[in-house]
Amino acid sequence: MEAVKNYYFADMRVMLGRSMRHVLRSMDTIITVTIMPVAMMLLFVYVLGGAIQSGSDNYVNYLLPGILLIAIANSIGYTSYRLFNDVQRGIFERFNSMPVSRSAALWGHVLTSLVSNAISLTVIVLVALIMGFRSHAGILQWLAVAGLLALVTLTLTWIAAIAGLSAKSVDGATAIAYPIHLLPLISSAFVPTSSMPKGVRAFAENQPMTSIVETIRALLFNQPVGNAIWIAIAWCAGLMIVAYLFAMRAYRKHV
Amino acid sequence: MLQNEIAISVEGLKKSYKRVSVLNGVDFHVKKGSVFALLGSNGAGKTTIIRILSTLLKQDSGNVMVNGFDVVAEPVKVRRSISLTGQFAAIDEVLTGRENLVMIARLRHLSNPQQIAADLLDRFGLTGGADRKTATYSGGMRRRLDIAMSLVGNAELVFLDEPTTGLDPEARIEVWKIIKELAAAGTTVFLTTQYLDEAEQLADNIAILHQGKIIVNGTLADLKKKYPPAKIEYIEKQPTLEDIFLAIVGKKEVV
Repeated sequence: MEAVKNYYFADMRVMLGRSMRHVLRSMDTIITVTIMPVAMMLLFVYVLGGAIQSGSDNYVNYLLPGILLIAIANSIGYTSYRLFNDVQRGIFERFNSMPVSRSAALWGHVLTSLVSNAISLTVIVLVALIMGFRSHAGILQWLAVAGLLALVTLTLTWIAAIAGLSAKSVDGATAIAYPIHLLPLISSAFVPTSSMPKGVRAFAENQPMTSIVETIRALLFNQPVGNAIWIAIAWCAGLMIVAYLFAMRAYRKHV
Repeated sequence: MLQNEIAISVEGLKKSYKRVSVLNGVDFHVKKGSVFALLGSNGAGKTTIIRILSTLLKQDSGNVMVNGFDVVAEPVKVRRSISLTGQFAAIDEVLTGRENLVMIARLRHLSNPQQIAADLLDRFGLTGGADRKTATYSGGMRRRLDIAMSLVGNAELVFLDEPTTGLDPEARIEVWKIIKELAAAGTTVFLTTQYLDEAEQLADNIAILHQGKIIVNGTLADLKKKYPPAKIEYIEKQPTLEDIFLAIVGKKEVV
């Protein structure tokens, strides 16, 4: 085992390089995770934004956290898809018959999700800046935002991994993305929850996306984050641990 | 056979899936440097044996040693000394042929992966398509790349699971040539096949797996001696369709 351990990070780097190529060579992926969220941001700000009472003078300031979450939600279906393909095409089998660290293949996919989201979120923030987004956040707040977004990405990625590793068909593998797509829309990401009917409002205020959005918003505008940050972290950490355990169990069936 | 001349030793191997018993006490030995063909109809358990030998699957009972290591107790040492080419070409379709080979060389922690890739591309007549995505490869090219990936690192024992299933006659003959070259270089080859002529062409030893047991095991000459006694008949040698096909397409390059 000792020799395998020494190569763990080298193996993971090879795996990361491999799936990053999958991301960068897929126009479909790039459009869905970067261009679509940017297009939504343009649509919401310049078409719908005039009619939305968000309570802030610049709607892009209000909207950006939600758009970032939409971008992450869009990306995780691809993680499922890539994992599913590796299982189906016997790629994992090939890796596992080689002296490669056992979980390197899976972690390669998870890291790819983190790295590719970091890239697309950066692009989206840059476009938002061009559209007039301004933040009062200092370095620490930005780091906290980045940390929380990374936690959200990891959580959703592990959920996606369960689907990718246990699905019987491509459709099954990617179906996981759809309910997750909807979550940011039924939250305070685009409009304040106070404008929603009672039942919807109750859901919106108590689902994880709202506390995540509220926390990011507060951090970006240098306001007190209150309890929202702890609720957000508790949601993510709880879901992530459960999803991780299920994903690892599904993965072990293949290794 | 002396202990250090044995590449694979299988004794009393049993495996069942749920309640279906696939292997009920399989015994055989493979000599180092020989080509061993395991014959059997679909579903006979050939792939199950390969998966157990290559540490992908654990047996229910029985002693399995590969290159002197127990597959259950020392899987990492087994993996370091073998390579597996599965039934379906396990290649990364988004990467080019070259990138696939470089990736495997990195995962085997070899120095100079680029050179290893270039040499194998050349040896397998893949230089022309080296920098194309493998999704564009023909069946024969995919299989050659698949086998080339298995030869990265020059494992002393190579498993080939139905290496020619689904290939056209030309590609099949090419794969045969590769296997003969491997054997000539002293590599132990363990292959499964449904084609009797394939075993006849390639194997030093042939075993037939039937209803979960090895029912015959020996050299071709042994088998010929034991079973239907030879008859001398004079018949006109009609060309087979394969002879005709090969005569027409002749020496055309397949690249």
